[in-house]
Amino acid sequence: MSEATANLPQPPSPLREFWSYFRENRGAVIGMYVFMVFFIVALIAPLIAPYTPHEQFRDHLLQPPFWQEGGSTEFLLGTDPLGRDMLSRLLHGARFSFFIGVIVVSIASFFGVIIGVISGFAPKWMDTLIMRLMDIILSFPSLLLALVLVAILGPSLINAMIAIALVLQPHFVRLTRAAVISERTKDYVTAAKVAGAGRLRTMFVTVLPNCLAPIIVQAALSFSTAILDAAALGFLGMGAQPPTPEWGTMLAEAREFILRAWWVVTLPGICILVSVLAINLMGDGLRDALDPKLKRS
Amino acid sequence: MSAPILSATDLRRHFEVKSGLFGGTNTVRALDGASFELVPGRTLAVVGESGCGKSTLANLVTMIDTPTSGTFTIDGQDIQPGDELKDKVLRAKVQIVFQNPYGSLNPRQTIGKILMEPLLLNRPEISAEERERRAREMVELVGLRPEHFNRYPHMFSGGQRQRIAVARALMLEPEILVLDEPVSALDLSIQSQVLNLLTDLQDKFNLAYLFISHDLSVVRHFADDVIVMYLGKPVEQGAKDEVFENPRHPYTKALLSATPMADPARRQERIKLEGELPSPLNVPVGCAFNPRCWKATEECRNKRPDMSDGSHRFACFHPENGDN
Amino acid sequence: MSLLEIKNLTVEFRTANGPFRAVDSVDMTVTAGELVAIVGESGSGKSVSMLAMMGLLPWTANITADKMEFDGKDLLRMSPKERRKIIGKDVSMIFQEPMSSLNPCYTVGFQIKEVLRQHTDLTRAERQARAVELMEQVGIPDPAKRLNVFPHQLSGGMSQRVMIAMALACKPKLLIADEPTTALDVTIQAQILDLLIDLQKTEGMALILITHDMGVVAETVERVNVQYAGQRVEQQEVNALFSNPHHPYTAALLAALPERATGRHLPTIPGVVPGQFDRPQGCLFSPRCEFADDHCRTKPPVAAGPELGKALCHRPLQQGVPQDQKEVSA
Repeated sequence: MSEATANLPQPPSPLREFWSYFRENRGAVIGMYVFMVFFIVALIAPLIAPYTPHEQFRDHLLQPPFWQEGGSTEFLLGTDPLGRDMLSRLLHGARFSFFIGVIVVSIASFFGVIIGVISGFAPKWMDTLIMRLMDIILSFPSLLLALVLVAILGPSLINAMIAIALVLQPHFVRLTRAAVISERTKDYVTAAKVAGAGRLRTMFVTVLPNCLAPIIVQAALSFSTAILDAAALGFLGMGAQPPTPEWGTMLAEAREFILRAWWVVTLPGICILVSVLAINLMGDGLRDALDPKLKRS
Repeated sequence: MSAPILSATDLRRHFEVKSGLFGGTNTVRALDGASFELVPGRTLAVVGESGCGKSTLANLVTMIDTPTSGTFTIDGQDIQPGDELKDKVLRAKVQIVFQNPYGSLNPRQTIGKILMEPLLLNRPEISAEERERRAREMVELVGLRPEHFNRYPHMFSGGQRQRIAVARALMLEPEILVLDEPVSALDLSIQSQVLNLLTDLQDKFNLAYLFISHDLSVVRHFADDVIVMYLGKPVEQGAKDEVFENPRHPYTKALLSATPMADPARRQERIKLEGELPSPLNVPVGCAFNPRCWKATEECRNKRPDMSDGSHRFACFHPENGDN
Repeated sequence: MSLLEIKNLTVEFRTANGPFRAVDSVDMTVTAGELVAIVGESGSGKSVSMLAMMGLLPWTANITADKMEFDGKDLLRMSPKERRKIIGKDVSMIFQEPMSSLNPCYTVGFQIKEVLRQHTDLTRAERQARAVELMEQVGIPDPAKRLNVFPHQLSGGMSQRVMIAMALACKPKLLIADEPTTALDVTIQAQILDLLIDLQKTEGMALILITHDMGVVAETVERVNVQYAGQRVEQQEVNALFSNPHHPYTAALLAALPERATGRHLPTIPGVVPGQFDRPQGCLFSPRCEFADDHCRTKPPVAAGPELGKALCHRPLQQGVPQDQKEVSA
């Protein structure tokens, strides 16, 4: 038996290839940088915030940002109706949003992926049962369903997150099931069965790792949906409760001052907009880089 | 010749297919009565066009699928579907190499993991070090380099991947290797490397090969015995030289003459087969080959010919070069 | 005069990991009514050079050539609009996968008539008549009825016949068949090959057959181009190529054919085709060539004369024996 090849230079690793595709999409790269800043801010908010988010300065109610008449550099982005520093509250708000995103996506993807894999391998009747259940969840307007759930569970940030996770989960189930069904007929799965792999092993060790690419993309996009839905629930008074410095709740609290003090409404709104936009851009870039169908030769 | 390691008698696999929303069920006879034996150190080739039941046969022998009827024994043991424990011992004796080396290796596992998985699953009593030692030995045996052990499949070419697939199949020290078109996805220059590897391994481990192929020139080189199948039924069966030199069934003869030979001096008049391959859903009455056969008579259109006896068997009423 | 003339065609693809040269200075001439084959393994650039000629490559491809003429018209300086007038009319192509080459949304007849509508000014009734005639010509039974079926109702062989009918619709001067029988069964393959050759003779068109199967080449073709790693390494008339190959690659490839084997072991070509990251310096075949010396490994070879099959080799073979021709190459 002759040796197959000499030790030749190898093609680049998948990670490098992924990065070179990702880099082509400029929006995605910008989105990723914004997301990283967002992440760092969330991490070190207590260190960089000038005040705690709950400290009230009774002498400085509704003070405008520093560049406007009446503002001062003491409160860079002004204060809210209770005299709390806007900048500090926004920085701490990033923590909550990030926290919401991580928890919601973890819950939704964990259960969604497990149910999806089971559905992909299950006998037909069980598969139909699971998928029809998911169709029912999907047929409700998502925010309405979350509202109903929160109304049942009682308004709080944790309950809001559970509700949003439940609403987002069917997307993961469908995606995982589709990926599993296309993978499970491949030869390497049969090969694992011939090698003696049991059902659970085939499902989670053999097939699942090969279905991760679309799930990662969905997770990134769900992250932004989670933040947006949590803000919406907060705005409707069903999510985080005041005085929590959550962006949606901040918006709701300041509703009546919208004409007198633009900054109390606009700034949290901009924060939500920028973070959601950045994550969506990044998610699109991820999809382009991970989706083999779009790969150019 | 030593005793057969696997023998199958009248093996059948039928599938029920629903036709339409309210229509009744239709039976697809994917495999309809195959009898053969696999002998250690010898290669049995199964030849035929698409829909002839070669892949069904491979699935039955590897115990991925269970037969509808018929019996087969491996190493003296009858195979009963659903017999879990015995299955596991027997399963290790039959391994398979697939056609497409790009789909048969898990892209997320390193070569080492791929090779050690069968041992991990079937021989848990073997220690981790011993597992790795055996896997590394196997890497060298199939002509790969030791540093390939920790690489992922995407770093290898088609031929190297097929070597890895062969290595994985050998990890459990099987006695039967099912080769499902192992070289038809490979380039000509790589094909010969893999065929030589398979020849060497057969000599070394005294393996019985079930070699499934549509490429008659490869079969002519590689096989010892041949079964020619048409629409789920064997039509001719025997030692390679007899079948290739003296084909008795008209289909075998047509198949041989349709295979292009790489020799421009021998440009021969081909036997032109009229018509298409019928769908396995709608197998013709009588001899399955009769609508395309130039010798078909009333008898062929009504009655199904049985396999003849002897070492060179065929199912035809009007065999070639015979007394007809 | 030659129908198609290509000189020094090079195609490079831009990829994420730098440029990849798929076709490397390939020359090709086809005269009217001729039957030529391009033989090579996967990655030898045999399809890419033809697709480049037809302008069917994606935007990542960078095509350069000294000369690319079809029927006296310069394809290099032609606008895409002018080129479209030629492609599909005077040059057409059929592909490996007949099942996916037909649009599943439309009937077979619609697709054939669409080609006729694009390139001819026949009336509706004439188009229908011509479509039936074409279907009959490619041996489809009951053609008028078969025009109304959808592609999924046809078998692979029938689909390929329909593809051929579409390609023939405007009486092309050149038909390019890219692995037309690889996806088909052996008995169907024989039918399709016979059909193609009959049509080539009766219609008097030139046929370029792209294939990897030496058996198909031996049984059908008159002149053969052998490609390896994007380069044309040899060009010969078919009988001479099989009896006396001049390039070591051709010789090794022929030796590796199972039907030529004598012993239990097949002769092999060690190693693999060079890829994007391991292109050798001198001759591209040198790492796998049994006759290669240091000169081969450092200096790219020049093509030999026509008496040696234009072999791209420093030491072309003559009856299996390498010749010394280092001085002559100037």
